Amino acid sequence: MAVKFTLNGRSETVDVSPGMPLLWVLRDTLGMTGTKFGCGMALCGACTVHVDGMPVRSCITPISSVSGKRITTIEGLSPDRSHPVQRAWMDVDVPQCGYCQSGQIMSAAALLAKMPNPNDDEIDAAMAGNICRCGTYVRIREAIHHAARMQMGANQGAAQEIQPAGKPVASGGGAS
Amino acid sequence: MSALTALNSMNRRGFLRAGLAGATGLVVGTYLPGRADAFPMTSAEPEALNAWIHISPDDVVTIICDKSEMGQGILTSMTMLAADELDCDWSRVRWEFALAEPVYANPAFHAQGTAGSSSTRACYEPMRRAGATARAILVQAAAQRWSVEPSECRTANGKVLHPASNRSFKYGDLAVSASKLPQPQDVQLKDPSQFNLIGKPTKRLDTPIKVDGTAQFGIDVRRPGMVYATITRCPVFGGKAASFDATKAKAIPGVIDVIQISSGVAVIASDTWTAFQGKGALEIRWDEGAGSNLTSENIMQSFAQQAAGPTPIARKDGNGVAGLESATQKLEAVYEAPYLAHSPMEPMNCTAEVHSDGAEIWAATQMQTAAQAAAAKILGVKPDAIILHTPFLGGGFGRRGSVDYVSDAVQVSKAIGKPVKLTWTREEDTQHSVYRPMSYCKFVAGLDAQGKPTAFTAAVACQSLSKVSFGVAKDNLDPQSVEGVADIEYDIPNIQINYALTENVVPVSFWRSVGYSQNGFFSECFVDELAAAAKEDPYQFRRRLLAKSPRRLGVLNLAAEKAGWATTLPEGRFRGIAVLNPFQSYNAQVVEVSVNRNAKTYRVHRVVMAMDCGRNVNPSTIEAQMQGSVVWAMSMLKNVITIDKGRVVQSNFNDYPVARINETPKIEVYIVPSTEKPTGVGEPGVPCLAPAVCNAIFQATGKRIRRLPIRPEDLA
Repeated sequence: MAVKFTLNGRSETVDVSPGMPLLWVLRDTLGMTGTKFGCGMALCGACTVHVDGMPVRSCITPISSVSGKRITTIEGLSPDRSHPVQRAWMDVDVPQCGYCQSGQIMSAAALLAKMPNPNDDEIDAAMAGNICRCGTYVRIREAIHHAARMQMGANQGAAQEIQPAGKPVASGGGAS
Repeated sequence: MSALTALNSMNRRGFLRAGLAGATGLVVGTYLPGRADAFPMTSAEPEALNAWIHISPDDVVTIICDKSEMGQGILTSMTMLAADELDCDWSRVRWEFALAEPVYANPAFHAQGTAGSSSTRACYEPMRRAGATARAILVQAAAQRWSVEPSECRTANGKVLHPASNRSFKYGDLAVSASKLPQPQDVQLKDPSQFNLIGKPTKRLDTPIKVDGTAQFGIDVRRPGMVYATITRCPVFGGKAASFDATKAKAIPGVIDVIQISSGVAVIASDTWTAFQGKGALEIRWDEGAGSNLTSENIMQSFAQQAAGPTPIARKDGNGVAGLESATQKLEAVYEAPYLAHSPMEPMNCTAEVHSDGAEIWAATQMQTAAQAAAAKILGVKPDAIILHTPFLGGGFGRRGSVDYVSDAVQVSKAIGKPVKLTWTREEDTQHSVYRPMSYCKFVAGLDAQGKPTAFTAAVACQSLSKVSFGVAKDNLDPQSVEGVADIEYDIPNIQINYALTENVVPVSFWRSVGYSQNGFFSECFVDELAAAAKEDPYQFRRRLLAKSPRRLGVLNLAAEKAGWATTLPEGRFRGIAVLNPFQSYNAQVVEVSVNRNAKTYRVHRVVMAMDCGRNVNPSTIEAQMQGSVVWAMSMLKNVITIDKGRVVQSNFNDYPVARINETPKIEVYIVPSTEKPTGVGEPGVPCLAPAVCNAIFQATGKRIRRLPIRPEDLA
């Protein structure tokens, strides 16, 4: 079955089984491997992409259901890692193994799009669907706050200098 | 140094092959580690100065990482070590992962691999020496060109300088001539006061490509003409497929073939999802074998029986168990821990391209030498006929030290004569992991009238990783089965630790923090019991017994001080403490928990950790590993792999619910400044959390938790 949709701003048509999940169309049919397979049951969030701006678990999303829709993957979030979430992720040095981070970043970008300045509880609620087995959660929280500040700073015409997140990368506490 | 010997004996072009094919794709075509804007690129032919350092005439330095990057930040740390001694321009450094080659054997275990928090411990000097050796021949090359003595030259920021004549060469200008010079012996390493990179918080080299989806993990490898496959193993450990009916599977459009291999039944298809659909449609009759009556309960019962019998002694101080006789107060307790799966986020997978005289393999593995050997054995070739690439690992934690998934892919590619990417489902990974061993431990200890421990004894029973992985357990002992109990540093005159080596068909292996993961929980909870019996504060009790162990005492004091041990907590909050020395590092944690006894729930609010890992290489990585270790251990408090009828009950993250962000406490990490030899940080932060939390819960409820996971009834 031919399915037509917009992928990262470009029109795309694929001819696959209608039940094939978007995840596998992206990865195996289109060769876009930034979106990851983790569980196949929408339990871990590694496969998160945006469909019409909403975060969606692509591993349980049949390709037929995205006909005519606008899909953004990690490859399309920005052309140059300039999305505030990507910049914050680099500033705070969030990733460890990095496998879950495409999904984490897509969930965080969706959160900040609807809630520009979330507190820790709001971050936890929005990000609880994304598992990170390396345990980068502390830095994810920090990076989302940092991204929020950058995004708000940009929206205010960068009137004031943007402060980096809490501390430079890993002051590590450093026992005194 | 074995590395230096290898360095001299190996053909320089060999270094180039080893490095280049490892990651850039100059040899293999599809495997690009990074994009130009994040990564200095070179079009010039690089010159190999040794197995780890390549410099191209356009002045780009390439450092080869022979360790597996699974999140622990080793790519950045190893590169820093070499680059610091090389005195190169950090912004002009690029990296590649090594191919599997003998020269890259880890000095810690004489095989190429990444495990046991050994990389920094074992390679702190060799990687610096690789940088220093390359620096020395660059100096020599410059000195020859200028006709001056090498001692008149110095290096800085990617240049050799001759201050007397105010001349300089960029390293790139010297690469060709330097590569022809003999390897100097006995190069001088820097005094730590001269370090430019080592010890400074440094951004990870792999972060940019991990925020835009371009980092290539094992599962992302694509080869021309590649087909996709998945595997179904017998649900019962030790069983095998007796027969199968593939009619329904083959009726699914896109399913190419169904074949039996040594580990089970493989479905080959046009894409991964179709292979998974085919797997679901398979009808397999299993020969379950003798394992089908195993349950977690009967395994633990057999452990308890074996622990009670005569067993070899792993440690004896003073009079051992006889020291119990003089005690005025005796304490006895039995502790238990379950099997656990690693569940890295990237399910097991491997891409194999078998050809007539060998194979090219892409495997996110922690054990290159073992992967290469397994493939060679299947194909009846020598290991060097296997070109093995190591892409990024989507988590390792010990799981990827086993090469079962590599064997699967090689067998399938061999059978069908095509390149194949074989991917396990999450369920297959959960039910066919190589598990953290289930373990049983019975303690008996004695206190004198003043509450001072006079004897500390334990009988541990579990499967031996040494026996299972390497086929040997000398005298039926295995240090890794008792680490965390047998290496306690408490000043107790009589200590005896016995070990019962148990065997069954449940596959076990190394799991982040290995024996410490369960034994640390056992010993640090039981020591807390001793403190309570002695009617002493658990921190002061430990402090007194560690007076002769300065580094362990150091982290204990630091954690207690930073946590404000003596301060009053808000109503409903309770503290617990633990201290251990896993993998030659020292770690202490103080936690704050609350318990809702009506709801039978608990929450960890704050973790204060002190870490002594010797000299810091990258403090940013140390902090990240400590934070991650706490989260890992939070999962350990609630996870269990249950065996019933010889099979694993759990299957995916619904019934194996690992820790999520909303359970994550505030984590404060304090790193001890040190000039001691650096030790590893990937695992040592894990073991203290569980005992500290259970000790805090005891403060809240008055009930000891002596088996993991924590169950609701433990909190009532």
